[in-house]
Amino acid sequence: MTTTTIQRTSPSPPTAAGPPRQRRGTAAGIIGRTVRYALLLFFLLIVLMPAYVLVVTSFKSGSDIGVTGQWNLPERWSTESWTKAWTALGPSFVRTFQLAIPVAVISSLLGAANGFVLSRWRFPGADIVFTLILFGMFIPYQAVMIPLREVVSTLGVPSGIPTLIFVHCIYGIPICTLIFRNYYATTVPVEMVEAAWVDGAGLIRTFRSIILPVSIPGFVVAVIWQFTSAWNDYLFAIFLSNTRNGPITIALNALAGAQSPDYAASMAGALITSLPTLVVYVLLGRWFIGGLMAGSVKS
Amino acid sequence: MLTRVRRWGPGLLLISPSLLLLGVFVYGLIGWTVKVSMSDRHTAAESDGFVGLSNYVDLFTNDINGRFVHSLRNLLIFTVVFLLGTMLLGLLWAFLLERGVRAEGVFRTVYLFPMAVSFVASGVVWRWLMNSAQGDDAGGLNAVFGQLNLGFLQNPWWTDPDWGMVAMAVPAIWQLSGYVMALFLAGFRGIPAELREAAAVDGASTFQLYRRVIFPQLTPVALSALIIVGHMSMKMFDLIMSVSGAQWLTEVPAVYVWQTLLTSDYAKASAISVILLLLVAVVIVPYLVQTMRTERRS
Repeated sequence: MTTTTIQRTSPSPPTAAGPPRQRRGTAAGIIGRTVRYALLLFFLLIVLMPAYVLVVTSFKSGSDIGVTGQWNLPERWSTESWTKAWTALGPSFVRTFQLAIPVAVISSLLGAANGFVLSRWRFPGADIVFTLILFGMFIPYQAVMIPLREVVSTLGVPSGIPTLIFVHCIYGIPICTLIFRNYYATTVPVEMVEAAWVDGAGLIRTFRSIILPVSIPGFVVAVIWQFTSAWNDYLFAIFLSNTRNGPITIALNALAGAQSPDYAASMAGALITSLPTLVVYVLLGRWFIGGLMAGSVKS
Repeated sequence: MLTRVRRWGPGLLLISPSLLLLGVFVYGLIGWTVKVSMSDRHTAAESDGFVGLSNYVDLFTNDINGRFVHSLRNLLIFTVVFLLGTMLLGLLWAFLLERGVRAEGVFRTVYLFPMAVSFVASGVVWRWLMNSAQGDDAGGLNAVFGQLNLGFLQNPWWTDPDWGMVAMAVPAIWQLSGYVMALFLAGFRGIPAELREAAAVDGASTFQLYRRVIFPQLTPVALSALIIVGHMSMKMFDLIMSVSGAQWLTEVPAVYVWQTLLTSDYAKASAISVILLLLVAVVIVPYLVQTMRTERRS
């Protein structure tokens, strides 16, 4: 797999790359196909099982939530638990949008600028710089987190969402740079940039007039990636915020981690928490897949 | 000299804010953490007495109940199971989908959807699924095993002192197998059709085709997947916190850091963090260097 995977959002028709499908008529072919579909369906059910539990339990209420019959459909469909969960999570739900949207926009812009320079305006030593940037993507954040708390408070960033925006943007630079660098390396011909250069366009001019207009797919991937990781983050959240000013993962954990948790409300809460990223994923899933592959560095 | 500045200056200027930020917040703060890990700052009070490597030595030799070694052992079990699970399932799913099936998009989307969900949210349901009660009280997956007359499969899940970490890897496998599948699927689709045709012309059986032609081509993909899933495993924090809370039974170094910070033992927490970083670096650095070299050659 090369850097091109980023654009290959929906793989080419199978038969184009693969061998001819197994001959339909033969017994072996029929058995093979049946086994394949049976396995695929089996795994489909396994993967969906937790989703079933979440949905079913979230619509139960009162005596319906016993240990026995946990797997049954609700005797009476009730939205009581959803109301309860929303009451607990509502404010942090809004806050998390205030976190994830700026993070997605700012990180992508930084990533686009870096990616362009590192792919098409390469200076001596660019490879080493790029490798040093990438390393930031893999570090366990615990290794920076302890002094980080002191640094952000010294810098005077207000705690809670502003702090989280700040740190997500910084630690998002490596992955966004990677996404855009791979994207530009495969879609923008060197000649195009050189031609602009010969015509006397400077870096900023080239970036604005030539690069940005073709960058939409890169932006979609980076925005989805950063939105999702800021939305789903728990580690930075627990270190740098609290239930009063933190994002939704903190609020959900407070709801679900209580001494005697209300299962139905926790599950409704887990669904509410997951809805935005699931919507993004369903609407833009093909891009998401592309982004995942870009995340694999290069192989 | 002047032409060089004019040539590279603007580019360097454009990326300098990012480089500065990463320099400070990645490399600078790592340095700071290392410094704290070598100090005697074991309480909230300031103290910068230098104690060398003694915090590290203490972790291995002088921790109550061998807590740090216990957390490393947990991490090892978790990592092995998590890697095996995601690699095998991911490869199998990609293999099943590889030549195109009806409704391929549906299967791909469903297999991949757990990735979009946070570990905290999936922890809510997995804590319920991995309910440890058995027999008549059984809930979650144990209840399913009971119903299917597979009672012998009932188990205490993550509350088992010996096998608990194996259970803890189950939700992680659920969450990331789809990702590995996506990588392998891209790998399969990236193999030129001519290679397969050539093998077919040479009279290779389907088995030989996969064994000799296709799987060897997937080695680089498998390596990336191993590295990515492996380093995630070492950093695993959210999932364990949300499934078991912070408990001795399932403690890993990433969780131990947090627990240690709750008692304001900054020096010890930093030492654990640095060890965690070294574990990740041992895997990641050779990989990054290798990637840089191959890229330079091309």
